[in-house]
Amino acid sequence: MRRTSMTAIVVALGLTAGTAHAESLTLCWAAWDPANALTELSKDFTAETGIEMKYEFVPWTSFADRFLNELNSQGKLCDLMIGDSQWLGLAAENGHYVKLNDFFEKEGIDINDFLPATVYNYSTWPKGTPNYWALPAMGDALAWVYRKDWFERPEIREAFKKEYGRELEPPKTWSELIEIAKFFTGREIDGKVRYGVAIYTERGSEGITMGVTSALYPWGFRYQDPDKPYHMEGYVNSPEAVEALEAYKELYECCTPPGHSDAYMVANLDAYKSGQVAMQMNWFAFFPGILKDEQVGKVSGFFVNPRQNEEASVLGGQGISVVSYSDKKDLALQYIKWFARPEVQKKWWALGGYSCHRAVLEDPEFPKTAPFAADFLKAMSHVRDFWQEPEYAELLQAMQRRIHDYVVADKGTAKEALDKLIQDWTEIFEDAGKL
Amino acid sequence: MTAADRPRSIVEPRPFSRRLAAVVIVVYALVSAIPLLWIVATSFKTPEDAIAYPPKVFFTPSLEGYVNLFTARTRQTPEYLASLPPPETWYEELVRKRHMVITGPSRFAGRYLNSVIIGFGSTFFAVFLGTLAAYAFSRFRIPLADDLLFFILSTRMFPPVAVAIPIYLMYRKLGLTDSHLGMIILYTAVNLSLSVWLLKGFIDEIPKEYEEAAMVDGYTRLQAFRKVVLPQAAAGIAATAIFCLIFAWNEYAFALLLTSGLAQTAPPFIPNIIGEGGLDWPAVAAGTTLFLLPVMIFTIILRRHLLRGITFGALRR
Amino acid sequence: MNEALTPPEAQRAPSRSAGMPAGHRSGLSDRAVAWLFVAPTIALLLAINIFPLLWNIYLSFTNYKANAPHRPLRWLGLRNYERVLSNEDIWSSMQVTAHFVFWSILLQVLLGFSLAWLLNRRFRGSAFWTTVIVIPMMLSPAVVGVFWSYLFQPQAGIFNYIVNFFHDFGKFTMIGDPDLAPWAIVLVDTWMWTPFVMLICLAGLRAIPEYLYEAAEVDGASSWRQFWTITVPLVLPFLMLAVLFRAIENFKMFDMVVELTSGGPGSATELASIYLKREAFEKWRTGYSAALAVILFVTVFGVANIYVKLLNRVKQR
Repeated sequence: MRRTSMTAIVVALGLTAGTAHAESLTLCWAAWDPANALTELSKDFTAETGIEMKYEFVPWTSFADRFLNELNSQGKLCDLMIGDSQWLGLAAENGHYVKLNDFFEKEGIDINDFLPATVYNYSTWPKGTPNYWALPAMGDALAWVYRKDWFERPEIREAFKKEYGRELEPPKTWSELIEIAKFFTGREIDGKVRYGVAIYTERGSEGITMGVTSALYPWGFRYQDPDKPYHMEGYVNSPEAVEALEAYKELYECCTPPGHSDAYMVANLDAYKSGQVAMQMNWFAFFPGILKDEQVGKVSGFFVNPRQNEEASVLGGQGISVVSYSDKKDLALQYIKWFARPEVQKKWWALGGYSCHRAVLEDPEFPKTAPFAADFLKAMSHVRDFWQEPEYAELLQAMQRRIHDYVVADKGTAKEALDKLIQDWTEIFEDAGKL
Repeated sequence: MTAADRPRSIVEPRPFSRRLAAVVIVVYALVSAIPLLWIVATSFKTPEDAIAYPPKVFFTPSLEGYVNLFTARTRQTPEYLASLPPPETWYEELVRKRHMVITGPSRFAGRYLNSVIIGFGSTFFAVFLGTLAAYAFSRFRIPLADDLLFFILSTRMFPPVAVAIPIYLMYRKLGLTDSHLGMIILYTAVNLSLSVWLLKGFIDEIPKEYEEAAMVDGYTRLQAFRKVVLPQAAAGIAATAIFCLIFAWNEYAFALLLTSGLAQTAPPFIPNIIGEGGLDWPAVAAGTTLFLLPVMIFTIILRRHLLRGITFGALRR
Repeated sequence: MNEALTPPEAQRAPSRSAGMPAGHRSGLSDRAVAWLFVAPTIALLLAINIFPLLWNIYLSFTNYKANAPHRPLRWLGLRNYERVLSNEDIWSSMQVTAHFVFWSILLQVLLGFSLAWLLNRRFRGSAFWTTVIVIPMMLSPAVVGVFWSYLFQPQAGIFNYIVNFFHDFGKFTMIGDPDLAPWAIVLVDTWMWTPFVMLICLAGLRAIPEYLYEAAEVDGASSWRQFWTITVPLVLPFLMLAVLFRAIENFKMFDMVVELTSGGPGSATELASIYLKREAFEKWRTGYSAALAVILFVTVFGVANIYVKLLNRVKQR
């Protein structure tokens, strides 16, 4: 019997411990560099309002799982949520986020102060309509990092010129990217064998989809018939899409380091920082951290996602929303009001967060503030996102499976993978009553 | 016939075959222990040593893994670090060397405590209720006893993910998601099938005559149960408790799907300890080691009961 | 023993020496005690196992999605079941599960029995080494999955290092290669659970009465013959029980594989539970996954039922 009373006491202590505090807010996001920057930035908020900020940061690989589960269970853990852009559809339609239109009007926050592309992608649902469910918080896109020092070595430049007949420069097209990757793979530099690229191949959450779309989009991939929504035949499996998918698989098989079959952001960072690869694909979010890195900071260069048939980059980034199940919505809205201020946005960029505010991005000095700033602007001008429908999780999972099966597990052909994907997606849209 | 000529029987192995058996067992034990030893070793490595290629067998030990496990840190610029007062503790010093500052405790201690609360709490209830039910099944004629017992066993056949679907919905309606109470109830129910089954086996072994004699002497059934049966069943109860605790302690699927910030236990937490790039392997290894310790200590202390527990499961059905 | 049986003075029955029949004692009647003891267990199991199962069955006939609870609910009849049974991804997932269950059990039975056989020789220190061998099964399977993913890393992990030490296989990835990954999960599971099978077989071996062997020896039977006519038949029920437990557990397997390979590469190690989790908790197709859960449960239940009848017949022989 002693054990019950002990347990009861411990449980009671645990449960009451949380209630005797000053005001506080809990912000939920992913655990990565920008989150640390936001923690730093938010100290100003606490200094100004006295509201303590608490954080729940979860690694990207479990981020969607954990927080979508949280939202679905109507949990009260999060007051503020910086959710992924693809969650807008389901969050809006299932009442997870607070609609911010009235709040913006009342507080005089003009959504047009933010870059239109970011408003469209991080804030509106239905897409493009003036219904705002989040304030654009973190602009992001997929781009590339490369070993500038290797690219500049005379013997390497000579060898490249001999083999390919042109200078070794950051690639302007995907075909060039693949050539450069092949060139570096197996090459011995400073006594160690190196590889061409680290790309996204992660199976569990969204890794390989993000990676493969960075090839699909430049080839001209379209999700659906522009005149007939949700009709995908001929678009998802168009000849260009097949070509792009085959190119991605080629890149995976020829030029990635061994064991790179389930890699996402941090695996790519690891491979790059440890000197295994000449180039990595990764989110802009990590670039400030890469510059500060002791091993590779001074020798890294950046380039925007190369074109092929057209220019396109994969959209990342998030908006910040108020969770409708929170008991502290007023405090949360205060935070959003504070965050929307131009001075705060400027400091956000300075600390390493990617502000979406026009005062920051349209400042003529902006491209000079960081080596990748100009690339960031370029990327944001032509970003494309995955489906943001409420069924996005199912659509994503289907793509993860089919693409990983083809690229990594060697099943079937590219066309078959895309055909099966259309089947999966059609079923999902039929279930949702959209087809 | 001399002793050496007698046909060899399996009952008395020759010294040679004993030695051979010993060698094979020891080799297997050592090989099987290598992954564990490696993990414990990793918990004392620095993050660079942990991902060194080729793997480092000899390394300078460091407590960074443990410090990283228990603290939340942020990276700062060298200028900021220079402006701070000198570190007061050895772990702050370790962290500063990495150009980082400790911002507070990590979630690990809380998760560990949750494991303790939920693990021990559910074990207690599973054993308590299980003993009662096992006694009843053993001593009384319960209608449909065999079917009920098989039903109880069959509850173990559901994949946890399948069970989690309706439980998730149920808990959502009752407000039990992410609560200690909800998890204790769930784990107790899951452990009950095992505990009833095992304990019935143990109690069946205790002759009924003792308590019947006691009752003839004027004890009530309840008193006879308490004073006669329980002490004799103590070893069986201990064995059952170990199994229940091991299950609740190590459980992952329910914890993953049904808990979040408040009641999450250690198993979903440990594989997600991120360092500056990728998993912080020394911290993950440190968490693994610390999480393993209580169960390992239990096992070593109560190993004889463990064997009895498993074999009773075997002998019963 | 008898000191414990002194009845308390206050509760002395009216006529101690007359041997009053049961029912005339003070205190609860046997029936009341039986009810009191069994009711909480049955109630808890009903609430946590049966009610959710029934709810699951109900959901499997609808198009319910747990992340859109306000959507109008539609009765779909058997449509979810049709979809599940005609889905080739599910069949491939069942194949992966069958491969895993078959090979892991085969290896565990062979290894476990051999180890038990050797341990039965009883050499010095066998208790210590037994404990060492038993430790892996005390760990949390999720944590085991994550740290084996570390051990399997092609550059920094010691698995490749040790294997290449004996014979250079070059740079292979156990968990990145779609052909090797299914064997990786079998290997890790075998490492973890061989001790379990070993302990059960050991119990079985120790339960064999020595006189059987002595009699056989007197009859001049060789040790080979003794093994096949005495040892194997008598250990068989224990072995079959171990196989039953392990098969049920491995059919439900989720934690270890999720942390080790995430079901990848592609879907090379996507076990039934992992597939179910993705459908239920990532895609939130609650109705559909409820149908799958029901099918899985019925399969396990049916097969286990048949197997247990077989096991009982073997026991009686």
